[in-house]
Amino acid sequence: MADTITKADIIKPENLVYKKTDLLTDKVLSYCPGCGHGTAHRIIMETLDEMSLQSETIGIAPVGCSVLAYEFMNIDMQQAAHGRAPALATAVKRLMPEKTVFTYQGDGDLAAIGTAETIHACNRGENFTIFFINNGIYGMTGGQMAPTTLEGMKSSTSPYGRDLEMMGHPLKITELIAQLPGTYYVTRQAVHTPAAVRKAKKAVRKAIEMQKLNKGLTFVEIVSNCNSGWKMTPVQSNHWMVENMFPFYPMGDIKLEGELVKK
Amino acid sequence: MTEEIIIAGFGGQGVLSMGKILAYSGIMQDQEVSWMPSYGPEMRGGTANVTVILSDDRISSPILTQYDTAIILNQQSMDKFEDMVKPGGLLLYDPNGITQPPTRKDINIWKIEANKEAAKMGMRKIFNMIVLGGYLKAKPIVEFDNIILGLKKSLPPRYHHMIPDNEKAVKRGLEIIEEVQKI
Amino acid sequence: MKKELRLMKGNEAFAEAAIRVGVDGYFGYPITPQSEVMEYLTAEKPHERTGMVVLQAESEVAAINMLYGGASCGKKVMTSSSSPGVSLMQEGISYMAGAELPCVLLNVVRGGPGLGTIQPAQSDYFQSTKGGGHGDYRLIVIAPSSVQEMYDFVELGFKLAFKYRTPIMVQSDGAIGQMMEKVEIDEQQKRFSEAEIIKNYPWATTGKTPDRERNIITSLDLDPARHEKHNIELQKKYRKIEEKEIQYEKVQCDDAEYLFVAYGTSARLCLKSIQLCREKGIKVGLLRPITLWPFPKDIIYDMADQVKGILSVEMSAGQMVEDILLSVKGKVPVEHFGRMGGIIPSPIEIADMLEEKFIKG
Repeated sequence: MADTITKADIIKPENLVYKKTDLLTDKVLSYCPGCGHGTAHRIIMETLDEMSLQSETIGIAPVGCSVLAYEFMNIDMQQAAHGRAPALATAVKRLMPEKTVFTYQGDGDLAAIGTAETIHACNRGENFTIFFINNGIYGMTGGQMAPTTLEGMKSSTSPYGRDLEMMGHPLKITELIAQLPGTYYVTRQAVHTPAAVRKAKKAVRKAIEMQKLNKGLTFVEIVSNCNSGWKMTPVQSNHWMVENMFPFYPMGDIKLEGELVKK
Repeated sequence: MTEEIIIAGFGGQGVLSMGKILAYSGIMQDQEVSWMPSYGPEMRGGTANVTVILSDDRISSPILTQYDTAIILNQQSMDKFEDMVKPGGLLLYDPNGITQPPTRKDINIWKIEANKEAAKMGMRKIFNMIVLGGYLKAKPIVEFDNIILGLKKSLPPRYHHMIPDNEKAVKRGLEIIEEVQKI
Repeated sequence: MKKELRLMKGNEAFAEAAIRVGVDGYFGYPITPQSEVMEYLTAEKPHERTGMVVLQAESEVAAINMLYGGASCGKKVMTSSSSPGVSLMQEGISYMAGAELPCVLLNVVRGGPGLGTIQPAQSDYFQSTKGGGHGDYRLIVIAPSSVQEMYDFVELGFKLAFKYRTPIMVQSDGAIGQMMEKVEIDEQQKRFSEAEIIKNYPWATTGKTPDRERNIITSLDLDPARHEKHNIELQKKYRKIEEKEIQYEKVQCDDAEYLFVAYGTSARLCLKSIQLCREKGIKVGLLRPITLWPFPKDIIYDMADQVKGILSVEMSAGQMVEDILLSVKGKVPVEHFGRMGGIIPSPIEIADMLEEKFIKG
């Protein structure tokens, strides 16, 4: 019967609506269902695929939830000690300037233990790209307070909420590194809606393209959710992120072509 | 042949570079050499000394407490190193600034008015080369030509125009050194 | 052809050797008494001579991790530091051992603990040979005792580092770093091209091409069974190194009735002490470990049959002496003599100590 769609029809090549990029492996993601990491992985790998860069890309995985990023990204990768990814990437890019090099780091990795490596790589104007996933919490170790945890936000080491007097302020590291002359492109994005994903992917592409100009470090922050750490459903966590994270970590470009964007 | 030398004076007297030229001269005549400075915060403005060893054989310890020769350029160094000269060894000093001349009876002593001579020649910087010339007379362990070759090797090319003055200074040192005590 | 001869400091010889053997990258952080290494390298413009990268990092922590990144790409990378800085590098060294990455590290040892002193010492023996960082790993540790060896051990270090895919520690001290001796300089070697790296080091992260699976450099494996297997493989490698790579030097051992065991600067002091002892009719020899790990335990065990006593001479409170005791297995008395905190003992002191410990007593 012509009106009935069978499985055989669905898998016909002409009915294909989405195909996973070959730059993601077939390994099942270890991230919690609803987490933004999977989408962030996908848009980066799709971009590298679209730009035909697999054979010349070296990625650096951090310590944190994405410590196993090398299991999912089908490119040559190095796994760094906690916070040190920018140091690895510095050497890789300087020793092989023709390659595409990126680090993929969380907030604890990039903005706490690795602050020195982050700031100095940015300040030296190293020609690689940092992808920074900011979910305001240490996901992997079980939801402890991060440098980016918001005021009043609960975590397993700020169980009554972050007290600014006692625990200090959340760190806007992205605004901070945008001040450094060594950064060329700095942007903040999210991946919680299809529109945001499309925008974020454009930013990823722009960062990689600008890396090729050798004009300095390119930096894409992705504000993301951590439904497990925040103890919410995925949908709740995305709403909470929009209402609480976005006002403190506003979306959009912070630095373009080496110039701070005027708000 | 092994010659173990301490050169000691103030920082700025060219103690370390004199040692270096001497060591390079040793290399020029196919010897083994070592050059060991005392280093540390006291080097900056304070006393400076360097142990130089020239030998036909493999050099053992680069750090010593007994020397065949002590070249002494200030009183502090005289106080410290006079006793460390091996019996029968050589002590060479510039009397300028020396209030207590050496008293040992079991060593050979030579003196050289290098500081005064450098002033007379109007070239304070070649003071150390006058001393080196004197040493060459007191104990000719390296040949004059090798000193000049060593000088060329140890000076960066941009200073090579100073070689003739240095050569003159070495020759002057050979002439003006005086034997004080011979055993 | 006669080789070029130069008078150089140990630290400078190490730096010149790095350029000559075709090192790809040096990453370091200033600390006394080894800053001449990076000063020499920056002055020599190796980027113009060979294309070598030299970068002053923001810390020793960053420097060792730059080595991790560069070594992962199959590049010849190195750093130099001194004791407090090397302590900061221990995390990265453990990661590199775990990820099986080759590199050459230089420790120009100074007295500790803590900030200690800038004068020479040998008190980092435990740190270098027994671990330093976390986990079951070993470093190959080679100890130069002359400026020529500071030069030669760069090439030896890289040979061993790539043969076994493991970090190599060249353990020197402030005396050898700062003193000048005659050095024979080799011809300039070419750095590897990318094609040569891909051919020689197929594990390197040079970019995944269609003809191979992706390369991953990691020290992590969350599966205990697989991770134990990895550890067993590491241990097999270390046993092989112990079997094949021990190096030592014997001096005047043939007729020796007593034995000094010493490395680096202490070995040089002992050479003089041997002369002083022999002038008095005391027959002493020297066994100089060149590899501190693997330790030359068999030869020391054998020497214990010949001599009446062994004096371990080390500028420390007595670290290597523990390995000598383990090697000798109680066959002969073993004593330690050392000075600490940056004091270099005199050859006379050492000779007197041998008499005091074994002959007068």
